[in-house]
Amino acid sequence: MQIVPRTHISPVRATLAPVTAVLATMLICSALIIWAGAPVLSSWLFMLKGALGSRFALTETLTRSVPLIFTGLAVAIAFRSKFYNIGAEGQLYCGALAATYFGTGLITLPPILMVPFLMLVGAIAGGAILIVPVVLKTHLKVDEVVTTLLLNFVILLLVSYLIEGPWRDPMALGWPQAASIIDEGVIPTMLSKGRLHYGFVFAVIAAVLVWALVRFTVWGFEIKAVGLNVSAAAFAGININATIVRTALISGGLAGLAGVSEVAGLKGYLTLDLSPGFGYTGIAVAMLAQLHPLAVIPAALFLSGVYVGSDAMSRAVNIPTYIADVIVGMSVLAILVSVMLSKFRITWR
Amino acid sequence: MLDLLEIVVSTGFWAATIRIVSPLIFGTLGELICERAGVLNLGIEGIMTVGAMAGWMWVYQGGDLWTGVLFAALVGALFGFLHAVFTVFLGLSQHVTGIGITLFGSSLSYFVYRMLLPSATTPPKIVPFQTYRIPFLSDIPLVGEALFSQTPLTYLALLSVPAVWYVLYRTPLGLAVRMAGENPVAVEAQGINVLAVRTGAVMAGSAMMAVGGAFITMSAFDAFFFGMINGRGWICVALVIFASWRPGKALLGAILFAGLEAFQVRAQQVAGAAIIPYQFYLMLPYILSIVAMIFMARKAKYPHALLVPFRRGERV
Amino acid sequence: MPVLRLENITKRFGSLVANDGVTLSLARGEVLALLGENGAGKTTLMNILFGHYVADEGTIEIDNKPLPPGSTDAAIEAGIGMVHQHFTLADNLSVLENITLGTEPLWAWRQDTRAARKKLALMAEEFGLTIDPDAEVGQLSVGERQRVEILKALYRDARVLILDEPTAVLTPQETTDLFATLKSLTAKGLAVIFISHKLNEILAISDRVVVLRRGAIVGEVLTSDADRSLLAEMMVGEKVTRPKPRALAYGAPILRLSNISVADALSGAGLRGVDLTVNAHEIIGIAGVAGNGQSALADLLSGLLQPDAGSVELLGANLETISASDMIRRRVGRIPEDRHKFGIVGEMQIWENLISEQLRSPEFSIWGSLINKSRALERAKSLIEQFDIRCEGPEAETKLLSGGNIQKLILARTLAPDPSFILANQPVRGLDEGAIAYVQTQLLEARDRGAGILLISEDLDELLSLSDRIAVMFHGTLSESFKNGSKTVAEIGLMMAGHATVETVS
Repeated sequence: MQIVPRTHISPVRATLAPVTAVLATMLICSALIIWAGAPVLSSWLFMLKGALGSRFALTETLTRSVPLIFTGLAVAIAFRSKFYNIGAEGQLYCGALAATYFGTGLITLPPILMVPFLMLVGAIAGGAILIVPVVLKTHLKVDEVVTTLLLNFVILLLVSYLIEGPWRDPMALGWPQAASIIDEGVIPTMLSKGRLHYGFVFAVIAAVLVWALVRFTVWGFEIKAVGLNVSAAAFAGININATIVRTALISGGLAGLAGVSEVAGLKGYLTLDLSPGFGYTGIAVAMLAQLHPLAVIPAALFLSGVYVGSDAMSRAVNIPTYIADVIVGMSVLAILVSVMLSKFRITWR
Repeated sequence: MLDLLEIVVSTGFWAATIRIVSPLIFGTLGELICERAGVLNLGIEGIMTVGAMAGWMWVYQGGDLWTGVLFAALVGALFGFLHAVFTVFLGLSQHVTGIGITLFGSSLSYFVYRMLLPSATTPPKIVPFQTYRIPFLSDIPLVGEALFSQTPLTYLALLSVPAVWYVLYRTPLGLAVRMAGENPVAVEAQGINVLAVRTGAVMAGSAMMAVGGAFITMSAFDAFFFGMINGRGWICVALVIFASWRPGKALLGAILFAGLEAFQVRAQQVAGAAIIPYQFYLMLPYILSIVAMIFMARKAKYPHALLVPFRRGERV
Repeated sequence: MPVLRLENITKRFGSLVANDGVTLSLARGEVLALLGENGAGKTTLMNILFGHYVADEGTIEIDNKPLPPGSTDAAIEAGIGMVHQHFTLADNLSVLENITLGTEPLWAWRQDTRAARKKLALMAEEFGLTIDPDAEVGQLSVGERQRVEILKALYRDARVLILDEPTAVLTPQETTDLFATLKSLTAKGLAVIFISHKLNEILAISDRVVVLRRGAIVGEVLTSDADRSLLAEMMVGEKVTRPKPRALAYGAPILRLSNISVADALSGAGLRGVDLTVNAHEIIGIAGVAGNGQSALADLLSGLLQPDAGSVELLGANLETISASDMIRRRVGRIPEDRHKFGIVGEMQIWENLISEQLRSPEFSIWGSLINKSRALERAKSLIEQFDIRCEGPEAETKLLSGGNIQKLILARTLAPDPSFILANQPVRGLDEGAIAYVQTQLLEARDRGAGILLISEDLDELLSLSDRIAVMFHGTLSESFKNGSKTVAEIGLMMAGHATVETVS
């Protein structure tokens, strides 16, 4: 068996890769559905209906895609320069912490300023926490995968401490949560019914901005070059360390925005379970999008739909909701193969 | 202050340390084997979860403990094979594959658990490994209680350190594994199949990782909790770097960490410790892992071919 | 009776015919040279012999017994040993470990190191190849490492020894040692296949020469009947003409290095007290065996390395700090040694690689932040035409280009801004004759226009044919430069080996 690079990668093949990955994932996960004793096709249809079948479902899917778009963008831009940021989860919470700190009464501004202000501090917090892993990488050559990951645990413990201790909301009847974001800081909802808030618009704008950055700017060129061939990039005069730091700050900032959007847009206050793993799912989003910022949007919508739909599916046919997580994990593996098949050909001798 | 010092000299502390170190030994040695062969296995967290689930489930369904361990090892090896297909055969990103396997392995474990126990609110218990006191040796003061009065899996963990060292450094197979991680072209030039060696190493390492996970459900505790691996896998990855890819140092590093964890559990109960919230104690292992990596990063003698996929017939 | 016989070996990779009906035989105690350009099919043929590839047609016989194809094990069993061009050694392991890998059954309980040591000692005595079995390979010199490679083959009772470009990394002295070793080995009946494109060495060591061109044998001649021009002609198929520089008086100094010292752990030897002056209209050739500090010198001048001591003066200005972007701004052109690793980002498009050094210039960027793609494409198109880069267009992926065209791209990028100083590091390595002539012509033209060029090359012939002056690198020190022609090859060889002659003739 030989793996031969294709000379011409048709754009059709490249765009189709995530589709084949998703189909392969669904096929394999159908085995789990069969094991649960449920009818395969109807189960998938239940999921589809649960995700898109009603106005409510649709708004839910859109709402829950917001943090995934942000974390997906965060991971995509980081992975582009081969900076493996697995810490989006922690950076998300950092953003949420910043929003809580500034947004629960410390500072009051009119809404038109307050919301952007919270987003700004959230982004800064998310980026700031990456300083440590990034400096470790650029100056001491410490691999960033494990450092960003371990920080997730540290940050979550910090959140737990703050929520149970000094930031605990006395009016929350015993449940550990922080005080609510003041009204001026809450991101308004877009529709009269449902939870969809303007965070969705911000997320889409962010995706467009990131795309423009990568496509049209010198910074984007440098990020790509460093990711594709760091030796050649250094030789061409590109400042590698500056590029990595820049990438990390943008990446962390985006993940921080995910946290702000959940606290100030969706929930209204900080809890320990604010994120059911958005930082990790963001990795799947970024991979399905093949690290393309605009493609992050449909990828995030898809996985959001999977999560929303799996609730409905599990109510209908009694399959554990964990199937959504299995789909996420499986699709990371599947997209790796799909992308490879789009770039290489396997010949059998 | 004296109270804290007292902890360090108590037998209970050392017994706890040796108990806590066992899954870390399995995990670190497992990762060490993979990386020595040139493959970074970031699926460790997921594979340990899978091992925890598989071993526990086997016993829960009526099997005995040792076959449960074997089953966990086999399932781990299977996931290792999956990882190897992606990274060794297809040469895909080792970072992303590992993360995918962690996500997939963990979620699959939880899914299977929910399938078997749809309505359990408290996790059902199994009868775990019991402490086995080695006659004579366990009567030695301090050391005896700590070292020779543990569960069989702990003895297995401790024995596996010299075993792995021997295989890696004293057998032709171990030499081939180490070569595969340094200069795979040299291995192929001798007619040895590099892909087979790397795959075998990843499978063996993953089997060990899974046993490490099984330790937690079958020896340390007696039930399966969600999130019970809790980042131990990642700590093992840091420990491998700290150990400079050597089994002996890996044991030392693991004991250091286990000692720290045993210490912080006890330190919390010491008077005056309530000033520091428990969360900060829990943070210590993770923070120290980062510090350990900083320490060793400068001098790290990475296996030369780590993260470099090998393609047959590819010559410079 | 020949010890080795290849009959009608043919190998195709898709539409490319790498070997076309190759038939040759090798006698005991014979040294057969396999001559051919890069890409002629020499290495493919040897890989088939060694079992890495399976031939599509044809047979191989060792001592009249057929060799099972595609199995390195079988090849080793049958007595074929191969010393690859790029050593297959693990630096972090010992000599003994490197040699014994694969000699014992994989599933054995323990390694028999005592027997291995004994055998190695016997071999050292018999063949005169001494080495310390416990030395860490990473600490050995290149010549010693090659000795380990040869020992590896002999340890497995090789009867046919294949050497793939063995002298690329050796000093003339070490080459002589190698040839002496080969003579003693062949006296004992070992047969040797010597792959090379270095005509002088082939004439020195071989008994017979087989010439490959485009996969097929185009000629076979006894070494005693051949000479340089005959072999060159057979190899290329036409009269080989390489450009020659015209006499020029040199101009003002462009680059001046004074007492430069660098401790470079990565690339082997650093630099120790290096003095160097490169003037306009001048090519300075740096001779020396790889690993004596050339990489450090190249990295320094490329902007990738800071000197620990000493000063760098460019066009009269003293450089306080060194960086790649700074060098580029000061009109230093750099041609890297490894074009794939440092020269291009393969997955980017051709236009992107052509302007990669000028990203923030007002010419190709708006406000230094946005890329002016239309202007960049325009310039790319004109460069493609000017430098004859064969490609599908400026937006094609760079890694699809052939080696020669990649080098042309790098030349275009480097020479277009009309640099005052050019660093050319192994500029023609791995290229076919046509590309070699092109690159060398371009360099000579730059020299004519007024550039000062530092040429680092492992090919002494190339240095002798292009340079105005030559300096020799050894263990991090650079000799005083001398006029090309004022020293013989033998003298230069001695300098390369560290036996410095004190006289400085300008």
